[in-house]
Amino acid sequence: MARAKKMADKIISLMYKPDTIRNIGIVAHIDHGKTTLSDNLLAGAGMISEELAGKQLYLDFDSQEQERGITISAANVSMVHDYKDGEYLINLIDTPGHVDFGGDVTRAMRAVDGVVVVIDAVEGVMPQTETVLRQALKEKVKPILFVNKVDRLIKELEVTSEQMQERLLKVITEVNKLIKGMNPEKYKEWKLDVAAGSVAFGSALYNWAVSVPSMKDTGIGFKEVYDYIQEDKSKELAKKSPLYKVILDMVIRHLPSPVQAQEERVGVIWSGDMQSKEGQSMAKCDPNGPVILMITKIVADIHAGEIAVGRLFSGTLKPGTELNIVDRKVRNRIQTTGLFMGPKRIDVPEIPAGNIVALVGLKDAVAGSTCTTLEEFEPFELIVHISEPVVTMAIEAKNPRDLPKLIEVLRAIAKEDPTLQVTLNEETGEHLLSGMGELHLEVKVEKIRRERGLEIVTSPPIVVFRETVTRLSPAVEGKSPNKHNRFYITVEPLEPEVVRLFKQGEVSMRMDKKERRRILQEAGLSKEEAVGIQEYYEGNIFCDVTKGIQYLNETMELILEGFREAMRAGPLAREPVMSLKAKLVDCKLHEDAIHRGPAQVIPAVRSAIFAAILQADATLLEPYQKVFITVPQESLGNVTREIQGRRGQVLEMKQDGDLVTVIAKAPVKEMFGFAGDIRSATAGKAFWSVEHAGFESVPQGVLEEFVMEVRKRKGLKMEIPTPEYFLS
Amino acid sequence: MLIFIGMGLWDEKDISVKGFEYAKKADEVYIEFYTSRMMGTDLERIENLIGRRITVLERSDLEENSKKLIEKAISGDIAVLVPGDPMIATTHSVINLEARLRGVKVKIIHNASIFTAICGLTGLHNYRFGKSVSISYPHGNTVSKSPLNVIQENWSINAHTLLFLDLHPEPMSINEAIEILLQADEENILNGCYSVGVARAGSSNPVIRCDRLENLKKIDFGKPLHILIILSKKIHFTEYDCLKEFAGSPEELRYFVI
Repeated sequence: MARAKKMADKIISLMYKPDTIRNIGIVAHIDHGKTTLSDNLLAGAGMISEELAGKQLYLDFDSQEQERGITISAANVSMVHDYKDGEYLINLIDTPGHVDFGGDVTRAMRAVDGVVVVIDAVEGVMPQTETVLRQALKEKVKPILFVNKVDRLIKELEVTSEQMQERLLKVITEVNKLIKGMNPEKYKEWKLDVAAGSVAFGSALYNWAVSVPSMKDTGIGFKEVYDYIQEDKSKELAKKSPLYKVILDMVIRHLPSPVQAQEERVGVIWSGDMQSKEGQSMAKCDPNGPVILMITKIVADIHAGEIAVGRLFSGTLKPGTELNIVDRKVRNRIQTTGLFMGPKRIDVPEIPAGNIVALVGLKDAVAGSTCTTLEEFEPFELIVHISEPVVTMAIEAKNPRDLPKLIEVLRAIAKEDPTLQVTLNEETGEHLLSGMGELHLEVKVEKIRRERGLEIVTSPPIVVFRETVTRLSPAVEGKSPNKHNRFYITVEPLEPEVVRLFKQGEVSMRMDKKERRRILQEAGLSKEEAVGIQEYYEGNIFCDVTKGIQYLNETMELILEGFREAMRAGPLAREPVMSLKAKLVDCKLHEDAIHRGPAQVIPAVRSAIFAAILQADATLLEPYQKVFITVPQESLGNVTREIQGRRGQVLEMKQDGDLVTVIAKAPVKEMFGFAGDIRSATAGKAFWSVEHAGFESVPQGVLEEFVMEVRKRKGLKMEIPTPEYFLS
Repeated sequence: MLIFIGMGLWDEKDISVKGFEYAKKADEVYIEFYTSRMMGTDLERIENLIGRRITVLERSDLEENSKKLIEKAISGDIAVLVPGDPMIATTHSVINLEARLRGVKVKIIHNASIFTAICGLTGLHNYRFGKSVSISYPHGNTVSKSPLNVIQENWSINAHTLLFLDLHPEPMSINEAIEILLQADEENILNGCYSVGVARAGSSNPVIRCDRLENLKKIDFGKPLHILIILSKKIHFTEYDCLKEFAGSPEELRYFVI
């Protein structure tokens, strides 16, 4: 196709001019219209036909995405837009809005420099809007706003022109309040301002939008919009003030180019020395510097195999370049370098810094990998996934002969989606797939069935518990198997603020020690704990509070391995441990290194931690979800009944005309099958969404029952082990 | 009764007559190759010599599950065959103590150890050795400093250091051991020091070489087991004569003679 060829040529020439590049994302709450917006932007830029846009959901190119009507994974496209005197290259990532797929959003944020936040004018700011905005600001990604579905205000709610403006203003004020709360320093610069043009209003579906700058050009303002919609003349409106032009103009005017963005962002996502050669090269987005690349996504392609998608911060990539994958400690050679055009990938001979790239050949890279041509390089800050897996499913091949194929497929999908965990239950030989929610797992299982043609059997979803303690344990002595080494360890509940700081990336083990010590002390750790912290692992910390023990430093890595092992699967039911502070209070080490190797230290530390947990009133935590359900008044009784029958709790009710929104909280364990039940309880009239609401203790009365349920499933002995069991 | 029987250095024929008789009479016979190896023989040849079936003990049988072994020795005579001299390995001295605390009788049949063999092979004086120490394979990026500390302590009393080389997963060569030592030696204290390498002690073709540590690294000592000695800063004149004769030491070693 000649047109496609021409487009590809334009993209290739623009990718060399970083000033004309914008790497952007589109984020929103589910159903607020991201994908429709993306499609119409593509159509406007001549990438797909205008007739199909808005219906085709071009970016939802997975067949399941089209059937379920939601975006499941972040898709990438590049397009060209004319603005004033020149052409610009816009690299766009569309991201899912459903809470189960939050991991994709988090990773996409690393690749982009700015985001268009889409908000439904009728629904306003929703929970997922807040989450995605927080993710953007945390990564220092600049937001601009598109208020969508303005036509609904006029057509459905029948507001007056003044009421319409009032409602729109309310949305902006609310978003500004969020920005101010999340990043007060940047607020001044990033505050959304209608007059300055960092907000646009419109309808993605009907393909029109307006902003203050566009009003000046087209003469179409709020009054005209109101009249056109009243008279059912959306098509005309779309001709006079087309969506793509208004939005893409806003993107180019308000979102930073890679050169502007990297100068500031590199310091946020990389803890290395900014004054070093590589630091400067990234800050300047220098195509002649060393190659420095972060992988944000792995896509499986039937023809090319695995494609690594990422953001190139420095240097120029060419096929044949050998890259050091820093976190994996291996080197891979790049076979082809390419860019995305919708679902298609076009190969290009080379790609300079500042672009989003698609690479074949990096077979060892995973989402989050740092790749470089340098020998030594400080890897990028880990991409923080705000939520963690809460639901598990056992999966097996229908035909035992397919087992090797199943293992291979599971490994591949876990690589594509780091929020997915695949574990093998050694006792039963079952494979367990853990993810963010019921829907997340259903989609992955369906993918295995359809795309890989594997017949599989799955168990009903099971909730993943966490183990924790509720008080301080005595100091427990753990002996190494050879009895030559002894470790004295206590465990106790960890301050929630400490967990929050690590999870949000505000504190890390790689930051400046003094600074870390200060923040952790403020968060509630004692001075000796804050000084002695050695490791943060999955919501738990390990502190060394001993003094002057010879050879402890060279044994510490093994001690931490024992700690991590214990945290991965606790003593109650081999579920992950959370919110625990383990402290090494004393230890006796054999002088000779051979007597304190891995086989000695790891089991000694693990057993001591287990025995300590069992002496500190251990309990299980279970994940909760916040549920938002909007129903007509008459179904309210049925909804509250549904919630209460699931150990749930109604937190709040909001009335808006004939509709009531119920906000409730319930354990995930009880929420399985909610979709079907709420549909029949309300005759299909309920709109609902969920949000993760963290972990809470299971009721004391059912603790043992739940522990035994898990132990039985895992084929463990049907009794809770005693501390002595680990200390023989 | 628990009977520890030293197997000596090289092959099945190094067992003592006393050890051989105890092994023949015992109710059950075990052997372990975790603390050391017998490179000149194998399990089958040992079984044929003693005329018994022998069970191999793993690390976990000697450590976390040592109770099982001790319990068996309450009612019967349990022989445990150990390469070298049995109580040189601290693993066995822990079992010795545990067994006695439980009232189980322990018998030790001694044999030659590398400790004694090196005096014969190198001519170094037994009483001039200080603490010994092991060189273990590094885990991750961590290389232990304990060998360097021990070498320095020994130098401070003008004593030699015997370095045991790691056996797991594979017996370490002298070349690898020196590589690891130099990696740990950030302050370069080993620069120019003299050392002796010994391979296959107890066999009919042992190799013994004395040179500067960095030269020793280049020598091929052949098959395992290997052991390494870092010489004290000054050596006795008879030690010098022996090293020259037995280990091909370089001329300039004479500057270090007391």
